Amino acid sequence: MIGLFVLLLKREALLLCRRPAELANPLVFFAIVIALFPLAVGPESQLLQELSPGLVWVAALLAVLLSLDGLFRGDYEDGSLEQWVLSPHPLFVLVLAKVAAHWVFTGLALVVLSPVLALMLGLPAQCFGVLLLSLLLGTPVLSLLGAVGAALTVGLKRGGLLLALLILPLYIPVLILGSGALQACLHGMPATGQLLWLGSLMVLSLTLSPFAIGAGLRISVGE
Amino acid sequence: MIPPCLEGVALTCERDERVLFEQLNLILEPGEMLQIMGPNGSGKTSLLRLLAGLMAPTAGEVRLAGRAYSEQCHESVRQLLWLGHAAGIKGLLTAEENLTWLCALNKPATQEAIWQALGQVGLRGFEDVPCHTLSAGQQRRVALARLYLNPPALWILDEPFTALDRHAVEHLEHHLSQHCDRGGAVVLTTHHQLMMKPARYRQLELGQEIS
Repeated sequence: MIGLFVLLLKREALLLCRRPAELANPLVFFAIVIALFPLAVGPESQLLQELSPGLVWVAALLAVLLSLDGLFRGDYEDGSLEQWVLSPHPLFVLVLAKVAAHWVFTGLALVVLSPVLALMLGLPAQCFGVLLLSLLLGTPVLSLLGAVGAALTVGLKRGGLLLALLILPLYIPVLILGSGALQACLHGMPATGQLLWLGSLMVLSLTLSPFAIGAGLRISVGE
Repeated sequence: MIPPCLEGVALTCERDERVLFEQLNLILEPGEMLQIMGPNGSGKTSLLRLLAGLMAPTAGEVRLAGRAYSEQCHESVRQLLWLGHAAGIKGLLTAEENLTWLCALNKPATQEAIWQALGQVGLRGFEDVPCHTLSAGQQRRVALARLYLNPPALWILDEPFTALDRHAVEHLEHHLSQHCDRGGAVVLTTHHQLMMKPARYRQLELGQEIS
């Protein structure tokens, strides 16, 4: 079963690497949104620094949301999902590998990119640790919860808007905790509380959502 | 007594408030081939999806090796090979990469076995070519190569002959009937008359009352 997990990770990585445009999409979106704010608000403004925790997190959230619509679409259209559902292996393992690959190429990439962009917003260097940690804990939750919505809407022709409506309410706690952690750090307060909450959300979604995603895919394939 | 490998009991299927078929009973024993015929839209694909367990029937139940799908909580008992209209072939991957993955979903196959299977379907020399550069018939052949890779005994094939040339059709018919004569079972939909039939062969005509 671990072999299958690794094999699927490799296959997904291979597929994404052969379609680099799709890979770059959320990252470019993330970079553009953040790069535009210093231009609009003024680069030396204290206001920008004050806003930066929220900006980084909203941009990251939207970038992940943007990438989710196509998460299962290709596999649905070419019949791969039918093969997954009929496989004797448990579906949640396959789903977990798929989402893990998605996270590495969007979530983790956003985390790596974020310090550079946070610098543009004037976020002080002592906050970088919290920035990285909060995104590292938060983006897997975004990917996992989003995949539940993507699995449910994959059979619809234009599921993008519905996906956003389904998922955004679930994203709110992550957004509040993530930007809250950064805000606390910016004001010199400890951010441990928010980070621990984010961590527990991550563990919770990691354990429960693969089953929900699998069930969603079964419903979509069975339509 | 060995239970029939596939059994449909009083199957009813409704799509969009239209009844495709009602109270349909069918039994498939090991060694049998069942060809499902019928005009377009008569529910052939829906019936196959019900039999494969991809879709739940409106009423009735499907039993695989004597046990209903609804009772099978553990997926590992499901041993069947499903080939739909879309066969799960990724255009960006090569034929070999596609087959490696599709086989790993059931039983992993070695590279040598995959190359041999591709040779069997006439795709020798195309192992490393991305599938989107292949023709429709060649892509179909990639999917059909799974039938040569240590497959489970029950095959459910939706229009397996689409886009194949005459020679490939002949070859596939031969392989299917051989599989049945060795004790396997095949359910398939196709519009053309099979030239080569196994010893135990039946037809099921759907949608007669509509026409």
